[in-house]
Amino acid sequence: MEIGIYNKRKRSNRIGLTLSMFAMVLGMVVLLWILFILFTKGFAALSINFFTESTPAAGSAGGGLANAMVGSLMMVTSCTLISTPIGVLAGIYLAEYGDRSKIASITRFVTDIMLSAPSIVIGLFVYAIYVAQVKHFSGWAGTLALALLAVPVILKTTENMLRLVPGTLREAAYALGAPKWKVSLSVILRAAKSGVMTGILLAIARVSGETAPLLFTALNNQFFSSNMNKPMSNLPVVIYQFALSPYENWVNLAWGGALLITLTVLGLNILARVFFREKS
Amino acid sequence: MTGMSSGIQLTPQTAKIVRIQRIQDFLFHKLTLFFASLVLIVLAGILISLIITSWPALSEFGPGFFFSSEWDVVNQKFGGLTSIYGTLVTAVLALLMAVPISFGIAVFLTEMCPSLLRRPLGTAVELLAAVPSIIYGMFGLFVFAPLFAEYVQPALTSTLGQVPVIGALFTGAPNGIGLLCAALILAFMVVPFITSVMRDVFEIVPPVLKESAYGIGCTTWEVVTRIVLPYTQAGVVGGIMLGLGRALGETMAVTFVIGNAHRIKASLFAPGSSIASTLANEFGEAEPGLHYSSLFALGLALFIITFIVLSAAKWMLVRMEKQKGAKS
Repeated sequence: MEIGIYNKRKRSNRIGLTLSMFAMVLGMVVLLWILFILFTKGFAALSINFFTESTPAAGSAGGGLANAMVGSLMMVTSCTLISTPIGVLAGIYLAEYGDRSKIASITRFVTDIMLSAPSIVIGLFVYAIYVAQVKHFSGWAGTLALALLAVPVILKTTENMLRLVPGTLREAAYALGAPKWKVSLSVILRAAKSGVMTGILLAIARVSGETAPLLFTALNNQFFSSNMNKPMSNLPVVIYQFALSPYENWVNLAWGGALLITLTVLGLNILARVFFREKS
Repeated sequence: MTGMSSGIQLTPQTAKIVRIQRIQDFLFHKLTLFFASLVLIVLAGILISLIITSWPALSEFGPGFFFSSEWDVVNQKFGGLTSIYGTLVTAVLALLMAVPISFGIAVFLTEMCPSLLRRPLGTAVELLAAVPSIIYGMFGLFVFAPLFAEYVQPALTSTLGQVPVIGALFTGAPNGIGLLCAALILAFMVVPFITSVMRDVFEIVPPVLKESAYGIGCTTWEVVTRIVLPYTQAGVVGGIMLGLGRALGETMAVTFVIGNAHRIKASLFAPGSSIASTLANEFGEAEPGLHYSSLFALGLALFIITFIVLSAAKWMLVRMEKQKGAKS
């Protein structure tokens, strides 16, 4: 009788743990499978032209993604420049001023929601308030949509990192007679610098791969353009359009672009981790 | 700094510095407050602008918009049911597959993994979460769907498809792309999100609790299911809801493989559409008017659904954190 129960417990233990291990293996297999496909198909598409030529017209051979790379780079850069001060200052408010006030806790709640809100809805929003008003797609609209996605990431990381700074540091600075804004900016923020950098890098990584919000804002541009007030080519939308096209060279370019984007995003993530580990 | 004047005589110069610093402090406070409230303004702006732009469709079709499955661009008749159905079915199916796998991975990482491997494997799972969703879409369309059509779908039809009642779910032409394929790709995508939340909450279980259970002779599996899981219940549910929120709003991974058809069929092999995929596909061609405004109405529905799901997730996770605070 007791032996029976004992064996049953042992058996269910073994089954449970084996299934867990199986789940882990499955996860790893999927990751490696995706990366393998991406590398084999992506590297096949890379060449000098890939980096120097603009996207080809329908049916014509060759071409590259130079215009899309420049467009993406410009939009992500301006998005970072806009969202960093907003996110960092709002983070300072939550950590240093708001703390337990009502507005701070509501902001915290909404930020967490916006972190996972569907990005396509952000695209719709920017379309409604900007693109539909000025009546043309533009790089700026894309930048705005990306910034709306980046701010919550930066805000949240900044707040968490500022909270890790020991209170004694604040008190020491106050004791010297420093005003609060100076304490926040030159002492607390400086102490949490690498953590805040981590947040910014994660935000860049997040927006670099976003496609959905750009569909209705920056759209695409077949030609090389560095005018942020015009529709702007960008890697994610080009990948989307080319991958679904019937032309073989377009599909190949899409794989090349996909590899480029993934390497960028994973690289930024690893960099963010290195930054963070240096701190802790 | 308010009590400074009491008893201390300030020189005019010091008084001036104090005054300037107070003004600077006041301005800095309001500046940061302004940026923090921007988040709230944006949320309100999203809701208001979506309601305004979708108003023509909502007033034309009434609440029936969300219960009508007609989507006829030529005759200007629109109903959101097919897209809402596709969104819910793919997201729920994806979770049914992703939750057990995420649970398994989280158990492996917290209870079984040799400490040498814990960090690299944990990082690998998190990197999986960082892969842009369009990559999952391409992978789904070019690699997964053909294999799915050739091997998995015929196998499902000949086994589960023969079972009465649920058999109808697994019939039809094995095209690869369709609701089930979209759900599978979504499952790949949300596993890392759910796993990392589960792993984080599993790690806050006080070691004493687990050690006591081991001490009275529990097996690892019993510790996981009878100690860790009940203790972290709220956090685990929160993590699942977070995954659901992601799955509902995912655009690119779904658009590539769902098939984009405005029909509700019994079979899961049939092509369908989700709110996000409909938006991505049709927004570019929509003429200003009912079509355009119906698409905004779909966007509004998606935003409200995800908002509710994510709020519930957040609420659960906050409860978990409070519990952690109370016990430690």
